[in-house]
Amino acid sequence: MTVAPLIAELEFDVWERLEAVTDPELDEPITEMGFVERVTLTGDSRVRIEFRLPTYWCSPNFAFLMAFGIRREVARLPWVKGVEVQLQDHCFGEQVNEGVNSGRAYHEVFAEYCDGADLAEVEAKFLAKAFDRRQESVLSGLLAQGRTPGAITRMRLGELAEVTFGGEEARAQLPRYLSLLAERGLARGPEAPAFVTWEGALVTEAGFADHVQRLRSTRINMEFNGAMCRGLAATRYKEVEIGPEGPTLVDFIQGRVPPREGAAQRA
Amino acid sequence: MYKTPDGKEIFVLDGHVHFWDGSPENQSNIHGKQFIDCFYAYHTNLSPKEELWAKARFEKYTEDDIYRDLFVDGPDDMAIIQSTYLKDFYKNGFSSIERSTSMARRHPERFIVNGSFDPRDGEKALEYIHYMKETFDIKGVKMYTAEWNGDSKGWALNDPSAYKCFELCDKLGIRNVHVHKGPTIIPLSKDAFSVDDVDYAATDFQNLNWIVEHCGLPRLDDFCWIATQETNVYAGLAVAMPFIHTRPRYFGEVMAELLFWIGEDKILFGSDYAIWTPKWLVEKFWNYQIPEDIAAERGVQLTDAVKEKILGLNAARLYDIDVAAKRAQLAGAPVQIAAE
Repeated sequence: MTVAPLIAELEFDVWERLEAVTDPELDEPITEMGFVERVTLTGDSRVRIEFRLPTYWCSPNFAFLMAFGIRREVARLPWVKGVEVQLQDHCFGEQVNEGVNSGRAYHEVFAEYCDGADLAEVEAKFLAKAFDRRQESVLSGLLAQGRTPGAITRMRLGELAEVTFGGEEARAQLPRYLSLLAERGLARGPEAPAFVTWEGALVTEAGFADHVQRLRSTRINMEFNGAMCRGLAATRYKEVEIGPEGPTLVDFIQGRVPPREGAAQRA
Repeated sequence: MYKTPDGKEIFVLDGHVHFWDGSPENQSNIHGKQFIDCFYAYHTNLSPKEELWAKARFEKYTEDDIYRDLFVDGPDDMAIIQSTYLKDFYKNGFSSIERSTSMARRHPERFIVNGSFDPRDGEKALEYIHYMKETFDIKGVKMYTAEWNGDSKGWALNDPSAYKCFELCDKLGIRNVHVHKGPTIIPLSKDAFSVDDVDYAATDFQNLNWIVEHCGLPRLDDFCWIATQETNVYAGLAVAMPFIHTRPRYFGEVMAELLFWIGEDKILFGSDYAIWTPKWLVEKFWNYQIPEDIAAERGVQLTDAVKEKILGLNAARLYDIDVAAKRAQLAGAPVQIAAE
C-alpha cells in the first residue's frame, strides 16, 4: 500500500468520526453544516482539525462544546496519538483553542468561564430540544403513513424500530430518536412504549394534538436556525461585485477563501 | 405608502431601520470589522441577487441613500431609526442618536429616532436617559444586551441596574423598549440567546411595551410562550422577513406560529435597513400567503387586514401616530430627492 491512499483512508476515518459531533443548538452534524474546514495528518499519527462557525459571534458555549466534541470523537480512533483542534476567526477563539488543546478536563476548563456553575443546564436544555425535534419528525412520518393518534400512542419500541419511512426526514431521524431514547433510558426493551416525553411521561391519545403542536414549535425554531447558520456559513467571506451583468457574489480573496480540500476529498 | 395591485394604499411604518457608520475609518478594532462583516453576511445570504450591495456602500451609506431606499424607491411612509452604540468597537459609535437625528432633520415628518443606553454605566446611564428625553424627546429605546463594555460581555434586562433605567423610562414616558438579543459571551453557563429576561422585565414594567426584535429568533419557541403570557410583549419581524424570499415555506411556518401564539395585533414589520431594503420585502409580503396545510393546522392566515396591521397600524398605535392625519400630511409633502 502506498502512502497517499493510506493517508486518504485515515482522513476518511477522521471525517467519519466528525459526523458524530453535532451543533448542540441545531442537532445537526458539524460536517453537514460545513463547519469543518480542514483535517491534517502529521507523520506521527497526530491529527489537526480546523473548524469555523458561521459568524465571529456564534455563541462561545456551543463553540466550546463542539471543540471538545471533536477532541473526544477523533481521539476514539485507535491509531490516533494526538488531536489538535483549531477554531478560526471567532471572538472567543483563543480561549476555546487554549482550553481544548491544554489537555485539561472538560469541566475544569468551563468552570473559569461559568462563574463556578457548569454548562450542564444549557446542555440539558438543548438535548431536550434535540429529542423533541427527532420525535416530531418520526411522528410526522407516522401520521403521513395514515396512522391514527391512537395507534401511534399505543406503539411499542420494537414495532417502531421496524417501520420503514418513505420520507427522507423521518427516515434520517428514526435511528437518532431511538438512540437518544436508549441513551437517556427512556425506553427499555421492545415492549416499552415508543413515545414518551423527555421527562418520561407517556404521550397519550388525548394529549396527542397538544404534544405535537409543542414539538412543532421546537422543530420550526431549530430548522430556522439551521437554515440561517447554513446560509451564513456559505456566504462568510464572500463579497458582491457589481459588474455589467449586475451583482454577483464572488469569493473574497486576500487569503481568506475557506480551505475546503478536506471536504472535497471526502465527497 | 404601498399601493396594492388593486390600487389600495397601505400605510407602512418600518419599525426597525438603522443609519450606521461601519466603515473602516470608524472601526476601533477587529471586533468592529467583524461586526459589520457579520451584518454583510446576513445581507448577502438572504437578499435576492438583484438587491445586493457592494461592501463599501453597505459599510457607510449616505443621507440621500437612506431617504431614497426607504421612501422614494421603497414603500415606507415612516421609519423608526434605532440607535446602537457599540462604543468598544467603533470610534464614534455604530449608529448614534446624534448622527441619526441630524440625518432625520431633513425630513422630520418621516422619522422616529429612538435612543439607547447601557445600564452598566450606572448613574451615567440615568443621566443619559434624561439627556435623550430633553434633547430629542425620545419615545423609545433600543436595547442591545450583547454589547461589550470593558470586561463585561453582555447583560440581562432584569439586572438591578437595568431596572433603575426602566423605572426612569416609565417615569419620563419613554414607553417603547425594543430589545435585540445577540449572543452574549459569558458566562458560558447561560443560553446566550435566552429570552427569559424579557419575561421578568415585561411582568415588572406593565406600562412599557417590549418589542422583541427578530421575534426572539433564535429562540422563537421560547419567545412565543413568553409573549403569550405577557400582554405588553410584541414581535418585531426584522430578520424573519427576508426568509420570505429564500425559504418561503419556513417563513409561513414562522408567521403561523406568531399569529397563533401572539396574534395579529402584536406583530410589527421591520426591514432592518440597510441589511435589507423595504421595497422587495413589502411587495413579497403583500403577495404572500401561508401555505394552506400550515395555515389549516394553526387556523390562521395572512389576510389583507392582518397584513395592513403588521405593516404599519400596530406600530402606529405604539407610537401614537394618527394614521389618517399622517397620510394627509405626507400627501401634502410628496417624496423628492434633495438637490445634490
